[in-house]
Amino acid sequence: MKVTLRIKRFDPDKDAKPYWAEYTVAASPVDRLLDALNTIKWTIDGTLTFRRSCAHGVCGSDAMRINGRNRLACKVLIRDVGEKVTVEPMLGFPVIKDLVVDMDPFFHKYESIKPYLITHDNEPGTERLQSPEERARYDEGTKCILCGACTGSCPSIWGNPDWVGPAAIVNAHRFIFDSRDQGTAERLAILGQRNGVWRCRTIFNCSDACPRGIPVTDLIEQVKRAIIYGDRNID
Amino acid sequence: MWSWLLHRVTGLAVLLFLLVHIVDIGLLSFGPDVYNEGIALFSTGIVRVISLGLIASVLYHAFNGVRIILIDFWPRGARYQGIMFAVVMILTILCFLPMAYFVVAPIFQPGASAVALPM
Ligand code: HEM
Ligand code: SF4
Ligand code: FES
Repeated sequence: MKVTLRIKRFDPDKDAKPYWAEYTVAASPVDRLLDALNTIKWTIDGTLTFRRSCAHGVCGSDAMRINGRNRLACKVLIRDVGEKVTVEPMLGFPVIKDLVVDMDPFFHKYESIKPYLITHDNEPGTERLQSPEERARYDEGTKCILCGACTGSCPSIWGNPDWVGPAAIVNAHRFIFDSRDQGTAERLAILGQRNGVWRCRTIFNCSDACPRGIPVTDLIEQVKRAIIYGDRNID
Repeated sequence: MWSWLLHRVTGLAVLLFLLVHIVDIGLLSFGPDVYNEGIALFSTGIVRVISLGLIASVLYHAFNGVRIILIDFWPRGARYQGIMFAVVMILTILCFLPMAYFVVAPIFQPGASAVALPM
């Protein structure tokens, strides 16, 4: 079948503002959208710029706005997007070129919630053991691949680029509810600030966007309650 | 996203009515005649139709407000948000229809339009 891709392009060296370009390529219904983008880049216009690495939905580099929703180009099949597809860079991020956005602010926010194990006790001589139930408590957040699809789908980010965003909160949740971690108070204090969890208005775009099926809003709400009650042993 | 957008739009619409309401109640301070003349505007056809928007806004905002509170405080709330949104819409429509009837009916009964709503 023939697929027409309408792509929002922008080259800061040449263009004053972004413009739409259309390409029609041959594709099979079970190809991924990424295959169609590659066909354009390899056979029609080599200057089309986008990120991709694993092509299998695990590296998180090809999140983009496909038919108005943030998706990984490598996880979306042609048959699910139809014969006319609109592809744009994610909203809420500065565009570097074509579909490539600047992820630096995103990763600074990720770092701001201290996404690593914090302990104050002496090092144990053995592994830090955990029961299956304790492990299950934060399982969902461990699946995050930091693609940014959730953060780029959030109207609160569109309106205020400084807000920490869903992805950082998901990764804070992963440590806040880890029984081995002792940095809960620190992280809850960080997320209780002006640009912390309270900018979330339960819009649910993030939960819809997440390619890993993480119930993003649910995790954010758990962190909100942990802040309100001052305790992670809730819910 | 639509649940949130509607909540914000209806919240602002209700706020707008509150401002109008302060003005119409404020007319009392100019005496009963001025007040009666002003408040009669609410019986005109156009304002009755606009009132429909206010009723729908208040109903949606109130029911969805409860949904948001449940999402915030009920541990399973976020998981059931979709079902709760459907319930909000159904409740909004169910409550809207009879109220809309009483507000709009007088338009079609000329002469009775100045009469108070049936209680
Ligand atoms: C039945 C009474 C009401 C209930 C249960 C209610 C509930 C709520 C809740 C829970 C929120 C927070 C939304 C969020 O966190 O995303 C909210 C927001 C809001 N409400 Fe109400 N409310 C009520 C009446 C009103 C009235 C009378 C007005 C106008 C005067 C109003 C205007 C607003 C506005 C402008 C917002 C901000 C919307 C936003 O943040 O997107 N509400 N309401
Ligand atoms: S929570 Fe989901 S959408 Fe957000 S960055 Fe992680 S994998 Fe991507
Ligand atoms: S290319 Fe790695 S997630 Fe799509």
